[in-house]
This record gives sequence, structure tokens and C-alpha cells, in this order.
Amino acid sequence: MKLARDTWIIFARQLGLLVRQPVWIFVGVFQPVMYLLLFAPLLKSALAPMGATTDEATYRIFVPGLLVLLAIFGGLFQGFGLIAELRAGVLERSRVTPISRLALLLGRSLRDVVSLIAQAVIITLLALVFGLRVQLGYLLLAYMMLALIALMTSAVSYGVALKVKSEDALAPLMNTVAQPVLLLSGILLPLLLAPAWLRTVAKWNPFSWAVDGTRALFAGDLSNDKVWQGLAITGLLAILSVIWAARQFARSIR
Amino acid sequence: MIIETKGLRKSFRSRDGKDKAKVDAVRGVDLEVAEGEIFGFIGPNGAGKTTTLRMLATLMTPDGGSATVAGVDLRTQPGDVRRRIGYVAQGGSTWDESTAREELVLQGRMYGLSRSVSQQRATAALDAFQLTEYADRKCKTYSGGQRRRVDIALGIIHQPKVVFLDEPTSGLDPQSRAHMWDEIRRLRSEGMTVFLTTHYLDEADVLCDRISIMDHGQVVAEGTPDELKHEISGDVVFVGLGSGTPDPALAADAAKLLDREPFVHRLEVAQEGGLRLFVTDGGTAIPLILRALDGAGIALRTIELHRPSLDDVFLTKTGRSLRES
Repeated sequence: MKLARDTWIIFARQLGLLVRQPVWIFVGVFQPVMYLLLFAPLLKSALAPMGATTDEATYRIFVPGLLVLLAIFGGLFQGFGLIAELRAGVLERSRVTPISRLALLLGRSLRDVVSLIAQAVIITLLALVFGLRVQLGYLLLAYMMLALIALMTSAVSYGVALKVKSEDALAPLMNTVAQPVLLLSGILLPLLLAPAWLRTVAKWNPFSWAVDGTRALFAGDLSNDKVWQGLAITGLLAILSVIWAARQFARSIR
Repeated sequence: MIIETKGLRKSFRSRDGKDKAKVDAVRGVDLEVAEGEIFGFIGPNGAGKTTTLRMLATLMTPDGGSATVAGVDLRTQPGDVRRRIGYVAQGGSTWDESTAREELVLQGRMYGLSRSVSQQRATAALDAFQLTEYADRKCKTYSGGQRRRVDIALGIIHQPKVVFLDEPTSGLDPQSRAHMWDEIRRLRSEGMTVFLTTHYLDEADVLCDRISIMDHGQVVAEGTPDELKHEISGDVVFVGLGSGTPDPALAADAAKLLDREPFVHRLEVAQEGGLRLFVTDGGTAIPLILRALDGAGIALRTIELHRPSLDDVFLTKTGRSLRES
């Protein structure tokens, strides 16, 4: 009960500050929209061997990957805001109060989830204009997957931010993590096109399961095992990340 | 006693270079702070003041020793300590894009107050700290003094018994400093115990009821400012030598000469090119000093007589001046 109340206090504060500058939501959407406009049309012929002969089929493969990409990157870079708060003394001010340490993390990460879903909705709507078709129920399940990914990556980013305490260290660290994750998840192009060894390596990348699951949902293929496997893997990792990051919030910060 | 510590210790591992050196920041601090007083912690940077303060405010776990704060054991019930104390950090605590009112309401909420009580307290605090005029402007538009007042208001929004202020006046202009002293006295008149750190000796002298001098992680003296100054019996005579530029050889000669005189209890070579002599009675010592220096042909630039200051106390206790460290 106290946790829910405390989380709400932090969430409301963080969301309030975000809404005050909504331009950031659109800045976050800008890059994926560019991919949608300028990169997706190239894919139609590249994806033809996979049976993507129409715009609709192309977007069904591409848009889920794009959304997962947004969730990963959007989450991983949230730590920057926390370092600014750390520097301003806001975090220390919170830590002398009896507020739950888990709430300090969850309030922030849930704000990130909400902002990600808002961006995902914008991109989905645009893709619908271009010809994407997807069933609402499956779309909501796909958003669930995105929410879990954003929860995980933002928690990891906050935890790492509290450990390194400097933007200069956080930026290269997050980029170093994000790039192989991105390449090994079949986000931009499905790994079906990859040689066998690359596919074997990618099996160890949890985000590759998440991408496959999200694609299956967009395709309306609920019976595909990748759906529950993707949800289970991201869910588990989200819980572990939250536990680890909350411990960083509870530890003393010099 | 509202705060009582026994043998409080904390060390850090410094990560400079390959060797992991252990730095003993606080090495066994015993403190007693009475309810309703302004207690000052003075000492140079790196003396361990902030570390002690952060331990007492539950932001750091002590490595050893024990402490009770506001009647609660610090190590076993840090959560209860948090409810009873306020803490205001040195580097500020407000977010540029928020307003003072928002910050105050949030802080009240984080202390567990309901929304309406938080709002009432915020309005009252804005009024008390003369911030009402700026209450709904973003914090980034505030002056240093206004911002510091918001910080203090945030620290006491839950009406704690004890409030810890880390360097509350550092970086403020003289007028804002005087204003801040009034605010701190007001907190005391409202029944709060104020525990502050400072490296301004004049501030400790005029503001604090009792002070503790800390150096190298240990308390080297404790008492009221007057007690501490009286501990150094007698007067301090400053003798300026030479033409103004410090001349170590000349100072050493004069020191050797005067050290032999029975009326000089102790002397220090001062950085500003001269000697500081601790004597029983300055009035009778001055002619003797003049005669001794004249006899040896050492040129005298100035001679000053003053009552011991807290800096002299610091010098006596630690062997160096606080201004130099």
C-alpha cells in the first residue's frame, strides 16, 4: 500500500515534468518516423523472399522491430536524467525521507513506460496510414511486451547511472551495450535472412525473442510459441532489473 | 541529549591509482548535542564534517560506533530517524524546472503527509521564508539566497525535531548570510535543534550556542565559543616583521630570540610574514617584545594585540590555522 502510494507520488511528479515539455516525446518519435518513411520502403524488395510482397506485409515485419528498438533505446538513455537529478541534489533530498527506495525507481521507470507507449501509439497510427493492418487485441499484447522491455532497460539505465554517476561514462557504456543487442535482435532485418551461425548467436539475445514475439503478434499468430516465450523472457528480465536497480537506489550515494 | 554519538567511524576505499588505499574519514567521534541549541561543527574541508552529518542523517551507514538521534537508535531504526530529522545538503536540492511550491508539496508527500496537509505546510513555509512572491516561478530563476531558503524550507516541511544543515551559508553574499542566520535562529526559537557545519569561524562564533572543532576525522575541542576562547589564557600578539614580503629567515631568527623570553608561552610563525605570540598579558608584553627585537636589530613593521579568536583556538588544538588549511 505504502509502495503504491509512494510510487504514485514519484510517477506523478516525473510525468508532470515530462508533460510540461512534451516536445521530448516528439523528439523521441522523430527518428523512428524517419525510419518508417525513408527506410521501410527499401525493405519491400529485400523482404520479398520472406513473402512480403505488399506494403502491409512489409510494415508487419518492420514496425514491430522499430517499436522494440524504440523501447530499448528510449529506456537505456533514461539514466541521463537521473544523473542530472543526482547532481541537483533531488535524489539525496528524496533519500532522507522515509519514501520507499523501490518507489524512487518504479515511479521513474513507469513514467518511462508511459512515455514509450505514447510514442508507440504515434508510430502505430502513422504506420496504419501507410498500410499496416493489425488487430487491436494483439496490438495491446505487443504493447505489453514493449512496456516490459522499457521497464527493463530504463531500470538498468538508472542502476548503471547510480553506479557511474557521470554522463561521460554512461553514454559510451549504453552505446556499447545497445549496438550488439540491436544487431543481434533482427530488429532492422529479420534474422531469417542471417547465416546459421549468426542465428545461433542471436538465440542468446533476449531481445531477439522479444522481437520475434512482437512480430508474431502483429501477424496475428497467437499460437506461435515465440509470443509467450518473448513475454516470459522480457518479464523475468524486467523483474531482475528492477530488483537490482532498486538496490542501487537504496545504497548510499556519495 | 537529542543527539549522542559514541566512537562513530567511517572509512572509504579510495580508487585512485592501482593501490586501494583506505581513507579514514571519521575516526571515532563522540558528540553530545542538547535539545533546542544551535550546534556548530567547524573544521577545514576534508575534516570529516559532512561524512559525520551524512551518517547522522541516515545517508551513510557507519562502520563502527553508535548513535542515537532524537531518541532513536541510528543503526537499528534508520527509518524512524528519517521521520524525526531534516537534512539540507550543501549543494542544493531543487530541480530547475519545478517551482518552490511544487517542491515543497512533493517533499511533504515524500514524508508521508497527505496532499492537503502538504499544501498547507508549503504555503506556510513559503510565507515564513518570505518566498511567497516567487512561489510559482521555476527554481532556475531564483537567486542563490532564495534557493538556499527553499532548501531549508524543504528540510523542515515535516516539522522535524532536529535539522542538519551542511554549510548553510557557503557561497552567499554577506546580506544573504545575515538573512540566513536570522532564519536559523528562528528555527531554534520554534524549538528545533539545529546541527550545522561551517568553515566560517565568525559564523560559528555569533550563531552557535556550542561548537565542536573537527580535524582529521576527530573532534579536537568542544564547548561554547566563549569557553573555547577562554581556554587559551591570555592574549595574542601579532608581530609583523621586515618590509612586508614574508622572510622566513628573519622570522626564524626572531622566533629563536623570543622563544627564550619567559613571558612568551607559545609562538607560531604566521604566513603573512611575522609571528603570533601567546602571552599572559599583552599590555606588559609589548614593551618587552619591542626591546628584545630592537636589541637584536630586527626591524619591526607592525605590532597588534588581540583577544584569542576561534582561529587561535583552532591553531592551538591542531597546530595550524584554519585559514591555511
